[in-house]
Amino acid sequence: MFIMLLTVFVLAIFVGFEIITKVPPTLHTPLMSGSNAISGITIVGALIVAHEHPGWLGGTLAFFAVTLATINVVGGYLVTHRMLGMFKRKG
Amino acid sequence: MQSSPIANAIYLLAALLFIWGIRGLTHPRTAVRGNLISALGMLLAIAATLYWAQFNWWIVIAGLAVGTIVGVVLAVRIEMTAMPQMVALLNGFGGGASTLVAWIAALTALADFNAAESAGNVAEGYQALIAISLSGLIGAVTFWGSMVAFGKLQELKMFRKEWSLPAQQLINAALLAACLALGAMLVIWPSWAGLLYFAMALLASVLGVLLVNRIGGADMPVVISLLNSYSGLAAATTGFVISNNMLIITGALVGASGIILTKIMCDAMNRSLANVLFGGIEAAKAASADQVYGGKVKSATADEVGMLLADARRVIVVPGYGMAVSQAQHAVRDLYALLEERGTQVLFAVHPVAGRMPGHMNVLLAEVDIPYDRMLSMEEANPLFQETDVALVIGANDVVNPDARENPSSPIAGMPILDVDKARTVVVIKRSLSPGFAGIPNPLFAADNCLMYFADGKKAVLDLVGAVKAA
Repeated sequence: MFIMLLTVFVLAIFVGFEIITKVPPTLHTPLMSGSNAISGITIVGALIVAHEHPGWLGGTLAFFAVTLATINVVGGYLVTHRMLGMFKRKG
Repeated sequence: MQSSPIANAIYLLAALLFIWGIRGLTHPRTAVRGNLISALGMLLAIAATLYWAQFNWWIVIAGLAVGTIVGVVLAVRIEMTAMPQMVALLNGFGGGASTLVAWIAALTALADFNAAESAGNVAEGYQALIAISLSGLIGAVTFWGSMVAFGKLQELKMFRKEWSLPAQQLINAALLAACLALGAMLVIWPSWAGLLYFAMALLASVLGVLLVNRIGGADMPVVISLLNSYSGLAAATTGFVISNNMLIITGALVGASGIILTKIMCDAMNRSLANVLFGGIEAAKAASADQVYGGKVKSATADEVGMLLADARRVIVVPGYGMAVSQAQHAVRDLYALLEERGTQVLFAVHPVAGRMPGHMNVLLAEVDIPYDRMLSMEEANPLFQETDVALVIGANDVVNPDARENPSSPIAGMPILDVDKARTVVVIKRSLSPGFAGIPNPLFAADNCLMYFADGKKAVLDLVGAVKAA
């Protein structure tokens, strides 16, 4: 299992290198905020560990984990959308 | 924590949508769609998780609601000039979420490890423990490092001055070693996981603060890119904690993206990552300002520059952080529109490290409706300067310093620069002859074809608009 996950990790890094080197410098800021929003995928982890009977510490931590990840996702996609809408051609 | 086959299929689809979405960012024309595709992937991933996982609905609904409100408010209200701060915050929140998830996993680490062991999956049990340690370490460094970066970019009072402890590198190395030792202990003695994790995260937090605290404003593009990469790696390690492919793929993508940007930023300053993080520019051996400038600097008025611009066929504008500080971008747009109307070609040349994050200047120019096909990268712009009548430098300094090209003993020797000095005339809008981040004088300002226009960026450009109209 671990080896398979590690393989996926390494392959994904290669895919990342391939695509991201093609992003033009003009779009580097939206690339950062957009990839940032994607790293909010931690939200899936946060949801999974928000157990049914978490205890006060687990519950508090889970609440903040979900909140931070949600800010990351919502804020990231929205601000990227706002920025990208500004890039226009002449005409 | 085994997810259903349907959920796994949706996770795979989401990962593909993220890759497809990022691919859209390779061109401004497809970028908006790419971002929406990526957002759709996220929506699917969250929906699939809500569908299969068992959790406390109150916590989840409260977290989603508060997070959405804060996220929307931040994204809608943030000024484009403040985008570096925004990205720093978002980096930090991603890292913070990973730290918290790992913390929760640490609380039940013993039970989870025993369950894995009795199911015959000892390896999986160890994988989770190792991932909890790494996730906590990377996440905490990312969160606190990003908070300090935010404080510096926002110019909060307590972050105005860079400081470092004596033997800072030694302390950082010791902190890192202690974190790794505590992480290893967590793997060996999962019954103490909660306490060990807390101690490790605490030390990692101190490490994050100390690492970023000593880094100056102009090096921020490197730091933000690096923290961006860390936030991705933190998400990937969270994937190892809960054995989820999608998190690993996604985290690796973001990690790769941040690393590439970090490398581009370092190359653009001709410095190694280690030098940016631990070194600093040596102020030695630079000629004094008097030697360089002594009686050779020519200062010009708005009317003189206005005449030059009015007669020019091609003008290349070089924006720097000074343009953002003086909020001159709207005035620049007016000048652009006026000159274009008069038949002058106006282009914008952006150095990779101009501003406080990669692509910072391009966003500001896009905000004031400068078409993206007028924004040139350094490689595109440099061959054009020879056939340019006026190069107009607004609030940039080190990135147009010809010493980088010509003087091997200069502290910035070898750094790629915009060759504005090759233009027929260079006009530099700047408040004074004060040095840039590198702390060295700029021989460009004393060059025969250079005119200094001493003024605040915004006021200067507005006056130029008036002068061109009158010419």
